Amino acid sequence: MVSVCLYFQVHQPYRIRRYQIFDIGRHHNYFDENKNKEVLNKVIEKCYMPTNSLLLELINSMDGKFKVSFSFTGVVLEQLEAYAPHIIESFKALVDTGCVELLNETYYHSLSFIHSMKEFEKQIDLHKKKMNSLFGFRPKVFRNTELIYNNELSNFISRLGYDGILAEGADHIMGWRSPNFVYKSKSSGIKLLLKNYRLSDDIAFRFGEKNWEGYPLTADKFAQWINKINGNGNVVNLFMDYETFGEHQWADKGIFNFLKALPPELLKHPDNDFVTPGEALSRYKPVAELDVPNLVSWADIERDLSAWLGNNMQKEAVRQLHLLEDKIIKSGDDKLIKDWRILQSSDHFYYMCTKWFADGDVHKYFNPFNSPYDAFISFMNIINDLNMRLKKVEEMKKMNEKLKDVPEDKVFWANDGGVIKNLRELAPALKKMHADTFSHHVNSEKNDFSNWVRDVVGDQELAEELKGIKNKKNAASIVSNRVKEIKSS
Amino acid sequence: MFKHVLSPAFIIAYILLCKKNIIPEKHYLLDISGFGKVVKTWNGGNRLKILMFGWEFPPYCIGGLGRVCSNLVKNLSNRNVKIIFVTAKGKPDSSSAKVISMEDENIKLCRVDSPVSCYMTPEGYIKVVSGSNIHGLYGHNLFEEVENYTKKAAELVAEEYYDIIHAHDWMTFGAGIEAKKQSGKPLVVHVHSTEFDRVGDNVNQRVYSIEKKGMQAADSVIAVSNYTKEKIVQNYGINPDKIAVVYNATDFKNAPAENHEIKSSKLVLFLGRVTFQKGPEYFLHAAKKVLEHEKNVKFVVAGSGDMEPYIIDKAVELKIADKVLFTGFLDENELNRIYRLADVYVLPSVSEPFGITVLEAMKSGVPVIVSKNSGVRELVKHCLTTDFWDINEMSDKILALLNHDVLHSTLKMNGLREASSITWGSAADKCLEVYNKLGVC
Repeated sequence: MVSVCLYFQVHQPYRIRRYQIFDIGRHHNYFDENKNKEVLNKVIEKCYMPTNSLLLELINSMDGKFKVSFSFTGVVLEQLEAYAPHIIESFKALVDTGCVELLNETYYHSLSFIHSMKEFEKQIDLHKKKMNSLFGFRPKVFRNTELIYNNELSNFISRLGYDGILAEGADHIMGWRSPNFVYKSKSSGIKLLLKNYRLSDDIAFRFGEKNWEGYPLTADKFAQWINKINGNGNVVNLFMDYETFGEHQWADKGIFNFLKALPPELLKHPDNDFVTPGEALSRYKPVAELDVPNLVSWADIERDLSAWLGNNMQKEAVRQLHLLEDKIIKSGDDKLIKDWRILQSSDHFYYMCTKWFADGDVHKYFNPFNSPYDAFISFMNIINDLNMRLKKVEEMKKMNEKLKDVPEDKVFWANDGGVIKNLRELAPALKKMHADTFSHHVNSEKNDFSNWVRDVVGDQELAEELKGIKNKKNAASIVSNRVKEIKSS
Repeated sequence: MFKHVLSPAFIIAYILLCKKNIIPEKHYLLDISGFGKVVKTWNGGNRLKILMFGWEFPPYCIGGLGRVCSNLVKNLSNRNVKIIFVTAKGKPDSSSAKVISMEDENIKLCRVDSPVSCYMTPEGYIKVVSGSNIHGLYGHNLFEEVENYTKKAAELVAEEYYDIIHAHDWMTFGAGIEAKKQSGKPLVVHVHSTEFDRVGDNVNQRVYSIEKKGMQAADSVIAVSNYTKEKIVQNYGINPDKIAVVYNATDFKNAPAENHEIKSSKLVLFLGRVTFQKGPEYFLHAAKKVLEHEKNVKFVVAGSGDMEPYIIDKAVELKIADKVLFTGFLDENELNRIYRLADVYVLPSVSEPFGITVLEAMKSGVPVIVSKNSGVRELVKHCLTTDFWDINEMSDKILALLNHDVLHSTLKMNGLREASSITWGSAADKCLEVYNKLGVC
């Protein structure tokens, strides 16, 4: 028996605009809304719309025998919600058939697993919530950004209670073993589904390639290849970008005809069926353990991380971004945190890859920059702006601190028995205060108000101003102006 | 066509071409050992002989054209081609002339006495001639000079035998046409720059018509970039099928960049003639912007030209005169040194047919920012680009290179490697391909 497990990745990043050094501090619109809208609309028209309706048609016509799975990033869903809610509806309709399984991943399609486990866990959680709120779905299977995987990831994901993980069936981790079985991690025991990259890439990359020996690829031919696995494999994992359909491989090359014909063709063989990742994991027992100490991914020929972290610019950009992590999270500024997270999308580092001069067109795909150097320059300027915003937030926080109540034992006890707990109370208190009380505190020998503001409230500037003031009215207006100033900032 | 592997189909095609005399058999041998490529070798007495007309040739060089010609000629000679090179004599007593030795039995150098230098405008020429002791042999007017030169050059080679004529830039086009009339041999004109690059829209009609006549009379036109090719098609109405692109290259070698610690501030370099075409004014405006963000930077304007006084005034007007250094014309040693000292090289040209200095900077390990209106940017990928008028873009990129060591080092490393792969050898091969298509090889 051979089960076919289809998983489609749905992701579009928020692309960065050309952000110059002169933009720093002037505006924080890092993302090119027009470009993003334009790309999204193109992908919707060429891929999401036609493929969604084709999948729905297949599911409805095949009596629950045709199944697929999706992993949506949070960032593509946000963009769809903003620009094309009808596409969200059409994905919902697919999920509602019960023949679609959703996977969990990082909300921002980030490399956070490499750089911060805390952030990684947070983004998984955000994604989980999104799947629940939008689709009412609780994923049980995990896939990491770009299928990045190693033992450490399996340990972590296993602890979070998932049933299994999707990974690349790269030669250097599989060795002589076939990807067409369920495996389990040697370190954590969690089950693994490995991408059959030959058959997956036959569709995703080679479908329209005239020089390829398999060209033209028909459903009949592909079904025969799958049938051959019968007897020496349990599950064929076909993992690919959803954009394969209509965008990477064009409609006029016949990709939709292929997709439409494939399920019935595969089911002609009585031993074949379709499964979702969750079903595959529960149906088939792991045949062996996989020990993967080094990181593996589904990208480029190398199947490693060199597409995102291959050169020093990429490493520096990621490093600088994550240097801000603690401060950004602590700032509590939602917009700032959001921007910082969007900047973690792996795509931004992909655009800085200098390999693509040699490695072909994939890296140029929907790349907003003409050169990896331009991508780096804009990104670093943005990090500078983030830094500046962070400082402002911190300053504001400090300012707001000044308006808060001081500790109980440090309140200002006026000679007339009045109690002043904070800076906001000081101005009206000064106004109301009897001249004698005022001059008790402010005279040629001392200025209690100025000292209190300096030592307890911690506003040096105001304390300095108050120092020379011998007049109650003036003092009150200086304090109330300062309070207004702090509030307005 | 010689880059294909030796498939049976190729060998058959090759034999057919030989039979049709498109590749005369006597001139070629197949070298199967050379990584499957066809390597040309020439049979003893029947070597290809090129008659080449150029304005400058070492040791008398003022601009870059002399060096371009000598590199091309040397590399053609390495491919066992014979060359008769006819050049203007230049100014023997000029301090800006430099000596590049040329000892090669494949090359015969003929000099026509004339004070004309290759980048002179008619106005500039009058200035030079009236302000110095050199008197042209044939008159004080540049056009007259060119005409007389043409005649003299044609006389010089009347007795010579050659297979093809190759003329560099407009001043030699007349000589090329004359030689073609005399011998009936095919003419190739090599366009290193057009009048539109040099002066913008105020083209000198006489220069323009000489250029156009040359291109029209030519059997093949070589452009130094697609950028130039497009200009030739648009402005001169030449059939694009007749135009081949042969990129320049550089054999420039430089010592590794000097220890930057000896400098008190970072250095941004402009190197080229200080003329409208090269965009020095945009460089100054960018400098102004950079200095608003980063104080510890010096800007060097290396080169001389008709715009020099204006540019110096401009630096004063922008209040950055203390940050801009003017070097005047540099000799080769000074040139190498200034490259080694630079942290950033900017080519802000309004119109740059190629831009060899970009390759030289890259080979010196200096990251480059290149005008989008240039030929060289079609060829190199490891550079930053900008529109010459986009001061923000230019200064943002200068600042990025000054501020981010990792950007600087990545561009330096990749640029060095990329520029090293761009050799005059392949430019010479491309020229041979052009001759080939004219059926002379």
